[in-house]
Amino acid sequence: MYRFLWRRLPGGTALRLAVVLLLTGAAVAALWYVVFPWLAPRVPLG
Amino acid sequence: MSESDTRSVRGEDDGAVRAVTRVIGELCLPVGLVLLLFYAYLLWGTGAETEREQRVLQRRLGEVFGRHGGQAGAGVGAVRLGDALALLRIPRLGAGYRFAVVEGVGPAELRKGPGHFPGTALPGQVGNFVLSGHRTTYAAPFNRIDQLRRGDDIVVDARDARYTYQVTRKEVVDPGEVDVVDPVPGHPGQRPTTALMTMTTCHPKFSAAQRLVVQSVLVRREERQE
Repeated sequence: MYRFLWRRLPGGTALRLAVVLLLTGAAVAALWYVVFPWLAPRVPLG
Repeated sequence: MSESDTRSVRGEDDGAVRAVTRVIGELCLPVGLVLLLFYAYLLWGTGAETEREQRVLQRRLGEVFGRHGGQAGAGVGAVRLGDALALLRIPRLGAGYRFAVVEGVGPAELRKGPGHFPGTALPGQVGNFVLSGHRTTYAAPFNRIDQLRRGDDIVVDARDARYTYQVTRKEVVDPGEVDVVDPVPGHPGQRPTTALMTMTTCHPKFSAAQRLVVQSVLVRREERQE
């Protein structure tokens, strides 16, 4: 799956790596600032 | 169907199963990472949010203390939900342990710090001054209250004075045992004659299955020196 996705990315290795880092960063930011704050109060951890 | 056809169909089935298994296995990696990230958020991300709120609340409290300068009854009863009511310090838990107590115990209030149950006694008043706080998330203000021992001081800097309570008992109860927050704990309807304080939090850590309750009694009232 990862090999397939890697091949679908544009450009050479450097550009692909940059795109991967950018997308991962965006996903982490969305999780940390949007999804997790919404989810945290619903988890009964105390 | 010939033997070679049967082998070919079986081979395609095996290939499909392998492909599905591989995709599931590969998906487990990001799912595991997201779960780890969420765990990190619960421990540190929520804490950072609470620390930000605490800085603001403690600064506001300092301004209020400065304005009222220890006048009896100053500002008491005029605290809105989510606003700082008092400053809580517990020497047993370290010299740096200090949390602004907010009014209210809803999720929004407890994100800011330990909360005062509306309707229960205010600091120093006869009755039961009841606080609730998170045990593991949102800076975990009550994480270590299980370490308190009988006789330990709990200092509450309220708007009018400084009140010192001393721990009298500690117990674990079921969430349904709400009589611990009664004016006279365990005696619903009874008229209180002493000033108590009750701190409640989840128990055990990382679970809300039970409640840890620490009770204390008022032993001293001091005018605050500003």
